[in-house]
Amino acid sequence: MLDDFLIRAALAGVGLSIAVGPLGSFVVWRRMAYFGDATAHAAILGVALALIFSAPVTLGTLVVAAAMALAVSWLSTRGHAMDATLGVLSHSALALGLVAISFVPGVRVDLSAFLFGDILAVTWADLAVIWGGAGLVAALIAWRWSRLLTATLSRDLAAASGINADREGLILTLSLAVVVAVALKVVGALLIAAMLIIPAAAARGPARAPETMAVLAALIGAFASLAGLAASYQFDTPAGPSIVVAASAIYLVSALFSRLLPS
Amino acid sequence: MSLITASSLGLSHGAEVILRDVDFAISSGEIVTLVGPNGSGKSTLVRLLLGILSPTAGRVRRRPGLRIGYVPQKLSIDASLPLTVARFLALPDRHAPAAISQELENVGIPGLEQRQLTALSGGQFQRALLARALLTAPDILVLDEPTQGLDQQGEAAFYRLIDEVRARTGAAVLLVSHDLHVVMSASDRVICLNGHVCCEGTPHLVADAPEYRALFGHGTQGALALYPHDHDHCHDHSHGEGCDHA
Repeated sequence: MLDDFLIRAALAGVGLSIAVGPLGSFVVWRRMAYFGDATAHAAILGVALALIFSAPVTLGTLVVAAAMALAVSWLSTRGHAMDATLGVLSHSALALGLVAISFVPGVRVDLSAFLFGDILAVTWADLAVIWGGAGLVAALIAWRWSRLLTATLSRDLAAASGINADREGLILTLSLAVVVAVALKVVGALLIAAMLIIPAAAARGPARAPETMAVLAALIGAFASLAGLAASYQFDTPAGPSIVVAASAIYLVSALFSRLLPS
Repeated sequence: MSLITASSLGLSHGAEVILRDVDFAISSGEIVTLVGPNGSGKSTLVRLLLGILSPTAGRVRRRPGLRIGYVPQKLSIDASLPLTVARFLALPDRHAPAAISQELENVGIPGLEQRQLTALSGGQFQRALLARALLTAPDILVLDEPTQGLDQQGEAAFYRLIDEVRARTGAAVLLVSHDLHVVMSASDRVICLNGHVCCEGTPHLVADAPEYRALFGHGTQGALALYPHDHDHCHDHSHGEGCDHA
């Protein structure tokens, strides 16, 4: 008989995958991997601010992650050298967050829960937030799919078809902030970017169309969540990292198959 | 009525003037070629006309509801994005599979629906781009140096195809080229650009214009015969006066 907390954890992982599959595909196609990292690291600063002001952690994370994502995409349109800028912002936000948390009065905060996730402690209320946020992102991407894809392919082609590439980019940016906020509890700030990139990268090999890749990435993410949880239960390993390790294993198999069986 | 009209169009980045005082109009069914050396602002003008860029001076008017088929100068597909020809042709608007197959046949690459876009040759890729533009039944086709990377035969074949398309669909064509050979005689009008409109008129008028020769020399004259094109109707075009190269 499965324990109740395991069922909640499994539901949390599967729920998150609905969003990270399609969003992660765009992150890979648009080469936003480091962008995702910076946004995710900013979540720690959001946690600190939420604790200091006694606000809900998800809200604090959402606001700070959105601010970081907007700042980064604004800087990139201003033609800044993004590699170094993202590196500075990403690690500064993380370090600043860790320092800020030390100022939180009262009980000592369990930092590792925010850094690596605490999926086994997910409550039914957390689940509602995770499914709500992930569902919102998935619905938004499904609704704008064709426009997002055209804007990803080429800004000019999009503009000639009457699509504003900046607006579509903004939708992805804000979606990223929502995913970061809801994923914090599942895999933690340090591994959110991994859950965006690894399932999508694993789905690239077998996929022949963008839609297939997005759906496959979601399935791989869900499967990795379940496999990681099972492994965590079996071997008493940390759940969040175990999920990412499972996703990495799937990526490895996919990459080997693509190498051995070129289409 | 003109499909796209621009008046006193200009674009500057700070002190750097990229385009100035460009007046432009293109009517239904017209083939207009935009020529000029590299860096003369051809692509910039096209991007202004399409609304991709906003001008810093003057204004662009597009006929309301104008359908534009745009073939960009280049399009790099990230290797991480799996995309078949058929899916690409249906971006952003879906089309019936039969319409897609028909259009691929029209542009001379039948049966490539399921091929990955990244697996196409240069010539096939340009034709796929053209097919995508044509599927929207455009009022105007805008082609920005569409034959880059094609050999001379491929280039001539591509321009023949454009001419066929114009004859079949009646769409206006705005073509950007960095040289005049091959395509020039098919054009109704040629605009020679170098930061501003240097000269403008029928292909032969422009080829003989001192302003054009100052930019391009005499070398391309002989190549005009490569692709002769007979018009069964006449055009009356004025030749822009008073060009300066300050």
